[in-house]
Amino acid sequence: MSSSAPSVASASVNSRRMTELFLLIFAWGLSVAAYANAGYGVTNEWPPGLVGYAVTLGAYSLVAHLAVRQFARYADPIVLPAVMLLQGLGLALIYRLDLDDKSPSERSFGPLAPRGDSGIQLIWAAIGILLFVAVLVVIRDHRLLQRYTYTAGAAGLILLAIPALLPAQYSQVNGARIWVRFSGFSIQPGEFAKLLLIVFFAGYLVVKRDVLALASRRVLGIDLPRGRDLGPIVLAWLASLAVLIAERDLGSSLLFFGVFVVLLYVATERTSWLFFGFIMFVSGAYFAYQNFGHVHRRVEIWLHPFKPEYVTDASYQLVQGLFGFSTGGILGTGLGQGRPNIVPYANTDFILATGGEELGLTGLMAIIVLYGVIVHRGLRAALAARDSFGKLLAAGLAVILALQVFVVVGGVTRLIPLTGLTTPFLSYGGSSLVANWALVALLLRVSDAARRPAPPPAPTTDAETLVVRP
Amino acid sequence: MSELTITVIRLGFLAVLWLFVLTAISVMRSDLFGTRTAGVRPAPVPAPRPAKPVKIKPSKRNAPSKLVVTAGTLTGTTVALTEAQVTLGRAPDSTIVLDDDYASNRHARLYPSNGEWMVEDLGSTNGTYLDRSRVEQPMAVALGVPIRIGKTAFELRK
Repeated sequence: MSSSAPSVASASVNSRRMTELFLLIFAWGLSVAAYANAGYGVTNEWPPGLVGYAVTLGAYSLVAHLAVRQFARYADPIVLPAVMLLQGLGLALIYRLDLDDKSPSERSFGPLAPRGDSGIQLIWAAIGILLFVAVLVVIRDHRLLQRYTYTAGAAGLILLAIPALLPAQYSQVNGARIWVRFSGFSIQPGEFAKLLLIVFFAGYLVVKRDVLALASRRVLGIDLPRGRDLGPIVLAWLASLAVLIAERDLGSSLLFFGVFVVLLYVATERTSWLFFGFIMFVSGAYFAYQNFGHVHRRVEIWLHPFKPEYVTDASYQLVQGLFGFSTGGILGTGLGQGRPNIVPYANTDFILATGGEELGLTGLMAIIVLYGVIVHRGLRAALAARDSFGKLLAAGLAVILALQVFVVVGGVTRLIPLTGLTTPFLSYGGSSLVANWALVALLLRVSDAARRPAPPPAPTTDAETLVVRP
Repeated sequence: MSELTITVIRLGFLAVLWLFVLTAISVMRSDLFGTRTAGVRPAPVPAPRPAKPVKIKPSKRNAPSKLVVTAGTLTGTTVALTEAQVTLGRAPDSTIVLDDDYASNRHARLYPSNGEWMVEDLGSTNGTYLDRSRVEQPMAVALGVPIRIGKTAFELRK
């Protein structure tokens, strides 16, 4: 089907690739400007690798754009530029933190690009974009993934479980056991498990949704499902609790359960699932609060961050982040003018505090709206998709991105307890960046299928069509 | 750098950042309506192929432009109508892939004929219904009349 793109029908439909190219150039310009601005703000001279950096970033955008042009012609034109801009802003912020954190020798500049954390992140971005292209090339039709529903589920669970099973010295960093560490090299398999589990949830719910949509009794205006239909949601709940207990990873556990409940709702159109999900979440959260020290601590810090015994130690990071936001105010201090590096882990967990300090509320809002735009386009793709699996897959990918941004922003701004998830595309960290590029590729794949004009008439074999009698 | 330059750069960057966001949103707005109507536009070169017997009469005032799913699991799905036929069924190469236990693999098709859209049942098990009558031979479909296949319903809209 994908080979028959240039047909009569497609000629009249605008694929909007030129719009995408225009927005990409805009995003590229902004990213380079942010980078130059950050360098100039800190050192009072233009960053030495500026031209090389601009060329590298331009090449990334061009490769991604050409891949979309070739392999997902009708895909949404806004997602890729928005992602590129987020990544460019992330790189500029990480570079800005490098300038203060690293000694001059560590951040000595190569002829082409910066070293230090931002240099490493630039390499991860290249790997992410290569994976993006690879996903578009290999998965020509998202319905292919439906065949591997249970394979994806099993692989996702295994990836998720690996860090819990490894000895702590290979998997534990700062309390959370979510890593696999080799010599000087570490990845978070959970980031990739995220994608596989969404494929599994979507494939599973397409098949089972009719059963799960059955309601037996109506109590207080809510359709109660039969007891045995509660099986899957209970399993998902137990699995996410297991993640919480074994890996001490509050964020991922919340993410998986949240996505499953939302997809159940999308698949069955029953609000009762949201109701059940909420009750189970609250009871699970209360149970964890009562029984696990690390969860208890997080909640205490969240409620009383300014307690004298916390401020210098346990809640130091959160409180310094809040001070950062307040220093930034509405318009920010300007890139390179603040002191965001006081916050521990400013370039991973608290990159938004850096953004909030130097770009202010105005810049932070722009970043959040960009995420909103990506999520909105994902949900549009889900609405427009012509097959149920595509609908659920796109909805799941968009929802997990939205939930992750909510959990991160909420945690950093003290709306909810801090959980230590990465900020998609902004945070320093390879696994998250690469996995999120794959997520975007899948989203564009569904979007391409949804926006492609109706396929040209199938070779009319109506005469010998076999009709399956159900 | 002087205080003034810093302020100008700082505010300028935020302004351009928001300009990007607003541009993206305006593209989204045009996109909501843009592609739909673009997809409907009758093929821009109707002249070179006058011999073709089956063709929508161009620019008929109330010609249907889209097929909308109004009931069933795919509710809300819209397919822009072109000159090509629209196939309905559970087979993965159908234009609209039905996820409906009461639908056959190749259940029905809609095709344009003399400026009208016709619905034809392709020998399905449970039949295709146009409003309340079963489709035995190709029947013309009027705007807003429901076509029912299993638990799914479609209608043509302008």
